[in-house]
Amino acid sequence: MSTPDLTAAAVTKRFADHLAVDSLSFAVQPGSFFSILGPSGCGKTTLLRMIAGFIAPDEGDIAIGGKSMAGVAPNRRPVNMVFQQLALFPMMSVGENVAFGLARRGMNRAERLRRTNAMLERVGLAGASPKRVDELSGGQRQRVAIARSLVLEPTLLLLDEPLGALDLKLREHMKIELKQLQAAFGTTFVYITHDQSEALVLSDHVGVMNQGRFEQLGTPQDLYYRPQTPFVAGFVGANNRVVGRATLRDGAMTEMTTPDGWVMRALQHGASAVGDAVEVFVRPEIATLARNAAELPPGQPAHWGDVQSVLFDGANSAVLLQEIKTRREFRIALPQTGQFSDLAPHEKVAFSFDPNRAVCFPARSGVVA
Amino acid sequence: MAAAPLKTPAQAPLVLGLLLAPALLWLAALVILPHVDLAILSLRERVGPRQYSFSLAQYKTFFEEPLYWHVFLRTAVMSVAATFLTLLLAFPIAWIIAKLARGRAGSLLFIVCLIPFWVSETVRTLGWMILLRESGVLPSLLVKLGLASVPPELLYRDATILVGLVYTSMLFMVVPLVTALESLDNSLIEAAYDLGAGGFTILRTIVIPHAAPGITAGCIVVFMLTLGNYLTPTLLGGKNSQWFTEQIYTQFITRFNWEQGAAFGFLLLGLSTALVVAGLKISRQQFGDVMRRT
Repeated sequence: MSTPDLTAAAVTKRFADHLAVDSLSFAVQPGSFFSILGPSGCGKTTLLRMIAGFIAPDEGDIAIGGKSMAGVAPNRRPVNMVFQQLALFPMMSVGENVAFGLARRGMNRAERLRRTNAMLERVGLAGASPKRVDELSGGQRQRVAIARSLVLEPTLLLLDEPLGALDLKLREHMKIELKQLQAAFGTTFVYITHDQSEALVLSDHVGVMNQGRFEQLGTPQDLYYRPQTPFVAGFVGANNRVVGRATLRDGAMTEMTTPDGWVMRALQHGASAVGDAVEVFVRPEIATLARNAAELPPGQPAHWGDVQSVLFDGANSAVLLQEIKTRREFRIALPQTGQFSDLAPHEKVAFSFDPNRAVCFPARSGVVA
Repeated sequence: MAAAPLKTPAQAPLVLGLLLAPALLWLAALVILPHVDLAILSLRERVGPRQYSFSLAQYKTFFEEPLYWHVFLRTAVMSVAATFLTLLLAFPIAWIIAKLARGRAGSLLFIVCLIPFWVSETVRTLGWMILLRESGVLPSLLVKLGLASVPPELLYRDATILVGLVYTSMLFMVVPLVTALESLDNSLIEAAYDLGAGGFTILRTIVIPHAAPGITAGCIVVFMLTLGNYLTPTLLGGKNSQWFTEQIYTQFITRFNWEQGAAFGFLLLGLSTALVVAGLKISRQQFGDVMRRT
């Protein structure tokens, strides 16, 4: 394996008495798209600013391209950043924005112009050079911000939630564009976001961050199908979360009973003994819906629910149920067959799921059954 | 039917006129009228008792008498110098208030800049005199420290006038600069830093272009105040001050030559207008744009 483009070794940052980044270690391989996914306040921005050099870690070391960055100022690092609000220079034209970094390297005018125009062409903005920044659309500005950084051929490109300010439609479009750009340039991207869909779609690897630590680091598929902690299970993708106590252990399976008597089985992660508080997560798409229990896949324990509402959203349509006895909410993805298009509120339906695909974790502290 | 009665198109100009009336009255009575009167005054000559005729003699006197236009040019140069010095000193202060000091510290610094203005300009300038005169605080301190054998006279020097003018104008430069710098997005500075720029380059390529309207506005205000200042140059510069406003004062009050005084007044107005226009041209700013942003 080649030298990682970015290595963090036990990086720690404190603000007053708040531990923003807690002894983080990870490596990012060259040419990969690495995302740091976490809720706001989890320390991901602090981590990114430490990589860029705007703040220094209290402990630990950050190495870029194998070289320690301790004491290296942001303008001397082989790293460039795309800012959340893009931070394009309004006092300059598009071309001047892209050429800014090249000029700082003392490159001559002709070469600067050539590289700027070539870069603008690569991001699909040929001829936009003399335009003012405020004449561009949101997506075009995004591309200028990326071009301005990539023209410097950095080892690492840092992106600080650059899609956050865009409207939904454009965001979806830019997601695809970003992935294509990264593939075309082959530059290592480190991307921070609180949007799990962005992280899943774009990344080769994702670190899910919470309270200054990585809860789990893995491929998007790992995070989605094999979450290692209840936080990851709850944060990545939609999930039904049911809290109760373990009432039976059967090999890798745990049977959980909620305080109001709903019993379900799930695959155990971590150590839970009978009587311990546990959290069970069931993805909406692993559950099967049926009008009568005989139609459910054989061997799966059947549950019953009342339809509360049908959430039609094209391919992402779902139905929100209330479990018949406990009135607990449960979400099930609707199949694309249109089989349940006539589902009406208050209808009684059966549902089941494969316990091997549901996960059970020891309950986090503070979680009350 | 709408709740509020809509104005008919015919009523709209009337309402607008009424709303603007106080401002227009002010402008007419206190700005335009006196200036028209002064203009007429400056363009006449006394040919006999209570007999006047149109003449450019007052303006001719100005150009023919070296003392007058020497003082005129000196005032212009000194004012430009004072404006420039004020900008140099106010910029770091404004930067600290706008970008570095957080919350209370920022407002506290602002108040520190404001405090001298609670005292009248006369008292403030007299304060400087107490500090700088031969028997004052600073000269005796210099003697005590062994830096001078006899207490030096620090008053009545050009540098002293400049110190006084900068001190008097500081706030009028700091306020527009703080406003301009506060609106500068910090991420622009970080982005420039990230793209490889150093401190000076960031100042030159990002901060100054962004703050240009504020810098221009501050410079215009300070320049006009300095050019038209009478008290500070007179008190701190004494007979050596040679400020043009003193010439105007002398003509009106001492010589009782209102015609000459009015002509001088118009020449000063012309000077300030010309220099402001030149300044705007050099910095490629629009007057309306500058005034809107402050």
